Formats: sequence, C-alpha cells, structure tokens
Amino acid sequence: MAAYKPVRQIKSSEITDPEVFANRRKLLRMAGYGIGVSATGLLPHMPALAAAPELGDLAAWPGSTDETQTSWEIATSYNNFYELGTDKGDPQRNAHLLKTDPWSVEIDGHCEKPGTYTLEDILKPHALEERIYRMRCVEAWSMVIPWVGFPLGDLLKRFEPTSSAKYVHFQTIMDPENLPGQKSPVLSWPYVEGLRMDEAMHPLTLMSVGIYGKVLPNQSGAPIRLVVPWKYGFKSIKSIVKISFVDKQPDTSWNLAGPREYGFYSNVNPTVPHRRWSQAKERRLDSNSGGLSSLFSSKQDTLMFNGYEEEVASLYTGMDLKENY
Amino acid sequence: MIGRNQIIKGMLKPTVFLVCLLPLAQVLLAVSQNQFANPVEAILQSSGEWALRLLMVTLFVTPLQFWFNWAWIARLRRMLGLFAFFYACLHLLIWLALEQEFSGSAVVAALLEKPFITVGMVVFTGLLPLAVTSNRFAVRKLGRRWKALHQWVYPLTVLALVHLTWQVKGSDLLEPVIYLVVLIGLLVWRFSRVLK
Repeated sequence: MAAYKPVRQIKSSEITDPEVFANRRKLLRMAGYGIGVSATGLLPHMPALAAAPELGDLAAWPGSTDETQTSWEIATSYNNFYELGTDKGDPQRNAHLLKTDPWSVEIDGHCEKPGTYTLEDILKPHALEERIYRMRCVEAWSMVIPWVGFPLGDLLKRFEPTSSAKYVHFQTIMDPENLPGQKSPVLSWPYVEGLRMDEAMHPLTLMSVGIYGKVLPNQSGAPIRLVVPWKYGFKSIKSIVKISFVDKQPDTSWNLAGPREYGFYSNVNPTVPHRRWSQAKERRLDSNSGGLSSLFSSKQDTLMFNGYEEEVASLYTGMDLKENY
Repeated sequence: MIGRNQIIKGMLKPTVFLVCLLPLAQVLLAVSQNQFANPVEAILQSSGEWALRLLMVTLFVTPLQFWFNWAWIARLRRMLGLFAFFYACLHLLIWLALEQEFSGSAVVAALLEKPFITVGMVVFTGLLPLAVTSNRFAVRKLGRRWKALHQWVYPLTVLALVHLTWQVKGSDLLEPVIYLVVLIGLLVWRFSRVLK
C-alpha cells in the first residue's frame, strides 16, 4: 500500500453517465422542481428511473483522504445490511425490496420541533458535499468511500434539541413484509443505533444521501443514512426513519445481540480485540482487478479512531476506552 | 476381457477424486475472475466449509452401504476422508499465511483469546493422526486399535461444527443447524446399531 502512490483520480462526481444526463431533466420535473432549480435539491429516491442518478455539482470537502478509493462495484456488492439478508451479496441482490418512495423521518423526544418530516423537508436547506472517508468494519476489512451528504449536526440543530437531549437514537425502516431479513430473528428488529449528543454534533458525523456522486443505492442504506467514520461500520445506521432525542444511553442493535462483543461506543480501536477478530489489522478492499494475485495483498495496521484521532480523541478525554469499547 | 462392471469400478475412484477437487477449482476460478470483494475471506470460508462437508460425507459411507447395499462405496471412504483433511489443511494454511501473515504472536494470541479458533485447531490436530494412519500399513500395524483411533472422527466432526457455529454473527444459524440435524440423525442411527 505504502509503496503504491495512486494517480489522482477523476472525481466520480465529474463523470456524468450519458443516460443519466438525458434523464436529469425528467428526474427534476418528476421530483417537482422547475428547470433551473439547483440540482443539489434532487430527491435521491428514484430507483425506478435509473439505478443510481447523479447528484450534480458537489462541494469538495478539504478533509478528504487521498487514499485509493474502493471501486463502486465492491462498495455496492459487499454490504452488511441484514434487513436485506445476512450474506454480503444479499443486499445488492435484494435491493429492490427496499421501498424508499415515499420516505419520511419522524423526529421526537427532547426537542422543540418534533414531527414527521418528508425526505424533501429534511434535505431542502442543506448543501451537499463530497467527503472521502475511510470506513472500517468490525469484521476487520475497510474501504475508502466518497460519501455525499451534510453534517448531522446541521440537521439536528433545526429541531432545537433541549438541554435534556443527551443522546440521539436512530431507527432503520421496519417493513417485514418486504424486507426478507426482518422475517427471521437474526437481530431484534427494527435496527437501532445511537450516539452521544457531542458525537452526533461532531463535524465529521455525516448524514449521507449518496456515494460516488450518485444517489445512494438501496443496498448502501437509501435514501438517508448515517456515517460516523471513527466508529465501526455498524454504527453508521442505514435507511433512517426515526431520530429521537433522549436523556439516557439508548439501546443499539448489536449491543443487544452481543453486549460483551459490541459496546455502545464501538470506536475503532486496534488495542481492543473482538471475540472473533483481532482489531490490530485490517484488509483494505479497494480494487477487485487483481485476480489470483489479490490473495497475496497484505493487511494494513488499523489506526486509533480509524485515523481520525486528532479530530475526535477529545470527545473521550478521561474515559477508559477498554471499558467503554 | 474387461467387463462393463470393471470399467465402472476403474472409473469410480478417479471420478470421485476429480469431483472432490471441484470446490477448490471453482473458488480459484472465481477469484481469478475477480468475483469476490474479499477473496481471502472467500477461500478461507470455502475451504473450511468443504472440510466439514466432506467429513460428513465420509461419515455417511457406512450408512449408505447399509441402507442401499452399496458395497462399492466403502472403497471411497479413505479418499473422502483424506480430501476432508486436504481441505482442512488448506483452511489452516490460508488462515496462517493470508489471515495471520505468519505472525507467531498473532497466531498465539488468536489461539488463546478466540475459543472458536482454539476449537478449530483441536479439530485439525485430531484429524492429523487419522490422516497419517489411513494407509494399509497402519491399518495392519494397529489392528484393533485402528478402529478405536478412527472412531475419533465423530467427536471431531461435532467440534468442527462447533467451530463453524461459534463464529456466526447474530443468530444466523440456518447452515449450522442443517448440519447439526443431519449429524445428530447420523450419530443416533450409528450408535443405536452399536448398542443393539
């Protein structure tokens, strides 16, 4: 990895698929926007029209990593999204079973402006930007993904959380009729996750609606998901339908399934091994063009807080991270 | 003159030999065609699963012989057992070389801290003497003790299933449960006959 310096890639957002280009006007009209309305307002939930419509012009974020990006093919075919099946290929195979249109997000708990907001309401005031983050799965593999989104904190502030709001609780769509994974008790459904208020308000914490300059494909958590780059991937909850401001540390799905294996914090930490995986190293999944030689690519060291230590370590000052794993 | 039955007999072993190599060929072909996002994980899982499946197939040789009067199938037992061991060797080698990158300290830490890995290593260590004594010379030399030694394949298969089940995430237990039901059925049948 270290010896290979990647050629600066053309940003995926700069490439427009011709079919998508032709569809863009139609998409905008169907989304209820007049021609000339900023393309950043494009509603990201139209799987029927194009597999993954482009999101248009995106502001580049200066903190992006310049590590080799994971290919779109890998990032959208190797997913943990148990609602769509437990095999990593299942979410892509079953992606069509997730219904994302219409979509709304319920906001409740300790805030001044609770209510049910349509996806359009949620997204309208936010400018989208592209941020390339490392993504470290608890299963000891990692990817580099160009997310499209906006800071979660900007969204949360709009609902005016009160001083009793100490934690934020998130919930994924519950639709056992359509989602095959929710028919079996692999996890207790619906999937829930949580962050401490200061983690949720941290500028790195992202609400994402796209990857690689395109609308999130269903298997990646469409239409709106969380991205917390310094925590193991399962904290970045997908397909969010509810956000609650709560005063106590909320339940999180993997913590309920295995309390000794998956803590509430689940910060990436190479010194705290998991029951199944040592967390000291990780296998970076970036390209799948190596054929048989790809078997011999070496692992790399996992960094504290997934390499975001400088930005987030202060959130945990004085905490024993071995106790609070 | 060579009879039809003799030709079939002569073809049987080479055919089964090639069939037993198919899972390996299939997964390597898929890797060479870039079909996996995580190819090391894919070959690690595939080799382990086939070691367990072939162990179970080996255990079915006697029942099949009994149920269907297939005398000929007994001649495949050793090859099937050795192929199970072959896949177990691959599984261990892939884990040592590609997962642990031959780091002694990482291997020791994994063996001490991760019970499912400890169990896996116990299974491999237990299979080793069985593979070594699978030749005719050892059968003759060990006499009655040979059978007692090779009865160990039953608990080792149970432990191999424990090794698989212990690493399942959440409660996604469909595959291990299928193996378990088949294995319990087999053990009940086998030992009820012994006790009769």
